[in-house]
Amino acid sequence: MSTETFGKWYREDRLPHIFCTGCGNGTVMNCTIKAVDAMGWEIDDTIFVSGIGCSSRAPGYISTDSLHTTHGRALAFATGVKMANPDLHVVVFTGDGDLAAIGGNHFIHACRRNIDLTVICMNNMIYGMTGGQGSPCTPVGKISTTTPYGAAEPAFDLTELAVAAGANYAARWTSYHVAELIKAIRAGLETPGFSFIEALVQCPTAYGRRNKFRQVGEQVEYMRSHAMLLQKKRRLEEQGKDVPDDMFTVGEFVRRYRPALGVRK
Amino acid sequence: MLQIMEGSHAIAEAVRLCRPEVVSAYPITPQTHIVERLAEMVADGDLNAEYICVESEFSALSACLGASAAGSRVYSATSSQGLILMAEVVFNVAGMRQPIIMSIANRALGAPLSIWNDQQDSIALRDSGWFQLYGEDVQEMTDQHFIAYKAAERHDILLPGFVCFDGFILSHTYEPVDIPNQEDIDAYLPKYVPYNMLDAKDPISMGMYATPEYYHEFRYEIDQAMMRSAAALSEAGKEFGEIFGRDYSEHVVPYRMDDADVAFVAMGSICGTIKDAIDEMRTDGIKVGLVKIRTYRPFPEKEIAKALGGVSAVAVLEKNVSIGSAMKGAVGPEILHALNGTGIGVYSYVAGLGGRDIRKKDIRAMADLAAQGKGNMFYGLREEVL
Ligand SMILES: Cc1ncc(C[n+]2csc(CCOP(=O)(O)OP(=O)(O)O)c2C)c(N)n1
Ligand code: SF4
Ligand SMILES: [Mg+2]
Repeated sequence: MSTETFGKWYREDRLPHIFCTGCGNGTVMNCTIKAVDAMGWEIDDTIFVSGIGCSSRAPGYISTDSLHTTHGRALAFATGVKMANPDLHVVVFTGDGDLAAIGGNHFIHACRRNIDLTVICMNNMIYGMTGGQGSPCTPVGKISTTTPYGAAEPAFDLTELAVAAGANYAARWTSYHVAELIKAIRAGLETPGFSFIEALVQCPTAYGRRNKFRQVGEQVEYMRSHAMLLQKKRRLEEQGKDVPDDMFTVGEFVRRYRPALGVRK
Repeated sequence: MLQIMEGSHAIAEAVRLCRPEVVSAYPITPQTHIVERLAEMVADGDLNAEYICVESEFSALSACLGASAAGSRVYSATSSQGLILMAEVVFNVAGMRQPIIMSIANRALGAPLSIWNDQQDSIALRDSGWFQLYGEDVQEMTDQHFIAYKAAERHDILLPGFVCFDGFILSHTYEPVDIPNQEDIDAYLPKYVPYNMLDAKDPISMGMYATPEYYHEFRYEIDQAMMRSAAALSEAGKEFGEIFGRDYSEHVVPYRMDDADVAFVAMGSICGTIKDAIDEMRTDGIKVGLVKIRTYRPFPEKEIAKALGGVSAVAVLEKNVSIGSAMKGAVGPEILHALNGTGIGVYSYVAGLGGRDIRKKDIRAMADLAAQGKGNMFYGLREEVL
């Protein structure tokens, strides 16, 4: 990112930020800002909304107007903003806990209404801010402070959930896949209706160190080596071949143009 | 035997000894260390309970209500936004007369967001039908859990209760604490015997619709049970004292009140600072005392009137604000009512909101203001930022 773009979108007066060294959230923020900037949007017509969590701190560092809401409710607040002023570009930053646990109901309904928002979920598979308790996205067997011998309940696939609930755009990438992530966010910003981009991120503090990622790079490398393109997975399935259980899918899951709510005239 | 323990862990130990059969909670700072420790105890087999890891506080207390209705001893813990999110269920638990005990690590409410301490969260739910106990130190807040279960589960009470303590100041502080042993607690707090429960062989319905002919009386009965809980809590506190040597039969505790002109009234950890400030003021010849409130609901009006009888002015230190009210704090008007007709001046001082420190010199300043008949105000405003 050029110094000029950085200076335009970021609030240097808010530095230093609260993210831990090695946290993946900053990468996702940068990808988002690049995509927003590439859209030609301006500080005055863009607003960032978030709930509560490490991920939800992101809007606080951005120069646009921002609405920092209660835990889980970002989408409900953002719906109000968009309906009151459809001319605003509304982008939501959220976390797996904020979006899928306490805010799960708002998530499915925002997808169903297909409200014109772009939602970027930094999925670190844990409640980072409160110190590493299990979330609905903690994979089975993974350690958190509330699942000291491994999570027993199955995790949500957030992107599949968005597709099933009616979102117009849904994609998943990781903090390793910077170029792909920027492209996906850009596509989400362009698509009218509800756009959901899930970015898996490393969280060395609350997740990595409990789950055998001794270095930040190890988790990033894991995301690189265990990401399988959706098309490849579908091809393997069609050919009746096994998809290894430890792989997760990335790519664009849906892009469609169903009637949407709150689209600017 | 005294052990050095973090406040949250001491509470987790107390909860383990109470043998709840179901624990459900959602993490929120500064409550997290309690529930993380309980999750670990359940996972390690040290606590034979179901730990239900839910997706929000709303679900946590709902799961607790279901488990209690099914006849289990149940525990939860929360703070601030979590408690407020639970509010609908909080009222329902009391209305269905389920004796659930919940720890409240007191924390300010948003917006603006604050993770720091005041007592706005539990005080905002004072009318919900849960009794409310406030601890001053780690030992007191730990012991209050045993007493709470013992009183709550009595069939002439059947009310839920909060055990409140200041977030971070007590939840995250290490103090020497005596943790009772299991045998003694089992004798003090035997297995929970539900008054009634969901049972397919003898079906009942809970939480049904009440017409205007009945609703009024339901609320009356909850209030009557709450008034009776004063004696139940006192008896439970006395019996606890007989076994464990720490008596909690009193709902209010006086400190250097014998010849006091000005008396403080306060709840929670700030009482420790107030006592230190009182000792200093006393050396300077200022006659000040403290009446600490342990039980805020049911409100111990008679005991307060008795304890404050001889003073000329009362300074109520309020870690809450009743926005738009004349006295500003929520506790002050009830003290005023307790002292109705005595002519004693009662003044509220809203202080320590959102984690602002209350120092000894602030206590001294409040005593001064009360002596001059000034109060019912936000104390210590930073005029330069207004
Ligand atoms: C009603 C309510 N309950 C609980 C909390 C405490 N809380 C703050 S952030 C958080 C979890 C955040 O998890 P996630 O959304 O995944 O964000 P992360 O920190 O992992 O980025 C929780 C439980 C809260 N603020 N409000
Ligand atoms: S706890 Fe995890 S998600 Fe939160 S700032 Fe630290 S590394 Fe990032
Ligand atoms: Mg998270």
